[in-house]
Amino acid sequence: MSKNLTSNFVLQVNNLVTRFKTSEGTIHAVNGVSFDIREGELLGVVGESGCGKTVTMMTLVKLLPMPPAEIINGSAIFDGNDLIKANANHLQKIRGSGIGFIFQDPMTSLNPVMTIGYQLTEALRKHKQLSKSIAVKRATELLDLVGIPTPNKKMKDYPHQLSGGMRQRVMIAIALSCDPKLLIADEPTTALDVTIQAQILDLIQNLRKDLGMAIIWVTHDLGVVSNLADRVMVMYSGYIVERTDVAKLYSNPKHPYTKALLETLPNIEGKRPQRLKSIEGQPPVLLHKENSCPFASRCEYAFDRCRISNPSLKTVSDGHEVACWWNIEKSIPRDG
Amino acid sequence: MLTQNNVEKSLLQVQNLKQYFPLTKGLFRRQIGTIKAVDDVSFDISFKGNLGLVGESGCGKTTLARTILNLNRPTEGRIVFKNTDLTELNSTQLRLLRPKMQMIFQDSQDSLNPRMTVGSIIAEPIKEHINVGAVERNLRVEQLLEAVGLNPRYTNRYPHEFSGGQRQRIGIARALSLNPEFIICDEPIAALDVSIQAQVVNLLEDLQEKLGLTYMFISHDLGMIRHISKIVAVMYLGKLVELGPAQELYSQAQHPYTKALLSAVPVPNRNISSARERIILTGDVPSPSKPPTGCGFRTRCPHAKKECATSMPQLRPISANQWVACHLVA
Repeated sequence: MSKNLTSNFVLQVNNLVTRFKTSEGTIHAVNGVSFDIREGELLGVVGESGCGKTVTMMTLVKLLPMPPAEIINGSAIFDGNDLIKANANHLQKIRGSGIGFIFQDPMTSLNPVMTIGYQLTEALRKHKQLSKSIAVKRATELLDLVGIPTPNKKMKDYPHQLSGGMRQRVMIAIALSCDPKLLIADEPTTALDVTIQAQILDLIQNLRKDLGMAIIWVTHDLGVVSNLADRVMVMYSGYIVERTDVAKLYSNPKHPYTKALLETLPNIEGKRPQRLKSIEGQPPVLLHKENSCPFASRCEYAFDRCRISNPSLKTVSDGHEVACWWNIEKSIPRDG
Repeated sequence: MLTQNNVEKSLLQVQNLKQYFPLTKGLFRRQIGTIKAVDDVSFDISFKGNLGLVGESGCGKTTLARTILNLNRPTEGRIVFKNTDLTELNSTQLRLLRPKMQMIFQDSQDSLNPRMTVGSIIAEPIKEHINVGAVERNLRVEQLLEAVGLNPRYTNRYPHEFSGGQRQRIGIARALSLNPEFIICDEPIAALDVSIQAQVVNLLEDLQEKLGLTYMFISHDLGMIRHISKIVAVMYLGKLVELGPAQELYSQAQHPYTKALLSAVPVPNRNISSARERIILTGDVPSPSKPPTGCGFRTRCPHAKKECATSMPQLRPISANQWVACHLVA
């Protein structure tokens, strides 16, 4: 692959397939997911629990327990190397230094018996080979960067001495410590209160402006990404069903699932609907791969074709990709 | 208090309710302080007039709910349910009233016994409180399952065989089993997926219509609270800071905390969200064991003045229905 073509992209993922072998059968968690992210871009990944968004991210850096997980197919080009083919040593170097991670629950992702300072300097000393005193200095700067008051004092604190919002700030500081090119944030604000969530979102926006790294923001909250992301991809049942610019997605959702999701959310302004619109039925169990659209059974637009073949993600208008056989706007089927 | 201009008959009146917990230290459990989990809270819930309670985690929402149901004995204050003061009742008398007041819990995984079948979970309250035969009881269980949109054939299944949304429906069926009049829903949708949340809220509304229920709805999801409540109460550090009809409170919030809460809600509409005023509060909620002097919110309030540190603002009416506890609201 020529260097010029990829230089703009931080990460290019192609046709990723991940399955889990369980006693009840094979779980098709990720079914041919392809995406890319450019330098400085913020890509939102939206979907309900069990749609494969976290497994996709974990597959990229092979943080999945294997077995039961199995990466069947796919490539993920980061820095000119394929992460899927990379050996354990190489991945160890990339995790933390090339790709930073922020997880959902800061309580369980921080070590309760180690001080904040130790956990921050660990990555710096390991990846950047800094001496102890320089690492401590850098760690203190990082705590200051993420808006933690009295960083010198906080370095000696244990995770339980901090509030949820502060712990998430520490997680962000750790993720940023080695200047990663790509930051993967998996539901980083889900466990936080709204006022604290607003603080963290503000912080991320400022950090992005100052440091310019690419961010993949995984969430189930359509509200959070609307103010944050450049592009959004919506996942359902291990497939990407829609992908476009954030403005287009919210003003003109083209996949019935995205449209229904946006309509089910009660608003805090405007007229109160008599009844909330709901998506009937349950999210699919990913036990067997069907030759039908995974959303067909819950979709109000479904017709014969949806039940016999699964639509692939196609560009339908400028920068707007959808995996659906039905054209919602014109109320006609899409061309094959 | 709030009854003066309330012509509708009130179902529940909470008056100056306080729930303090002692903070102890050492071997002899010497008391070193108190946590004012619920501090001087008063409100009224009229028949079918759902009250929505919002606030951040740790502000005392769940403690308030538990105190209203007398699961903790209140430190002070009155809880009048249908003209009976619950605080004056002994446990036997209280037990007779329990069927009328039920609760739906946040985590359906933890609130359903994994070793009991769905049928026995729903039948348990009936067995405890009503003397009916097994045949009639089973019939009632099947009716309840049907009412919450589950297949009556599921009675012999176990909770783990159901999805989160279905388990929440089982919790609702159990709460309905004794024909209650008042149900406290403590974050009933927080653990559910977005597409399932609307299903459960619609079910709760349908049941209210059919059975004449009254809800107290606790949630941190302000959009959902606006949808389901008639009256909304905002809580901060154990106190109510604002109380008013849902529409007015959302369109003209008066208390700085309510304003900040509303502005912090991420709205999935770029046009609306860019036009909204954004208030980002600094810092965290203070510890309830060491609350600030004066107004509890002053440490994070962008408009705090000198007087806020010295005197505690009281919840007072600013218009016909809206009540606010803030020195700065005229």
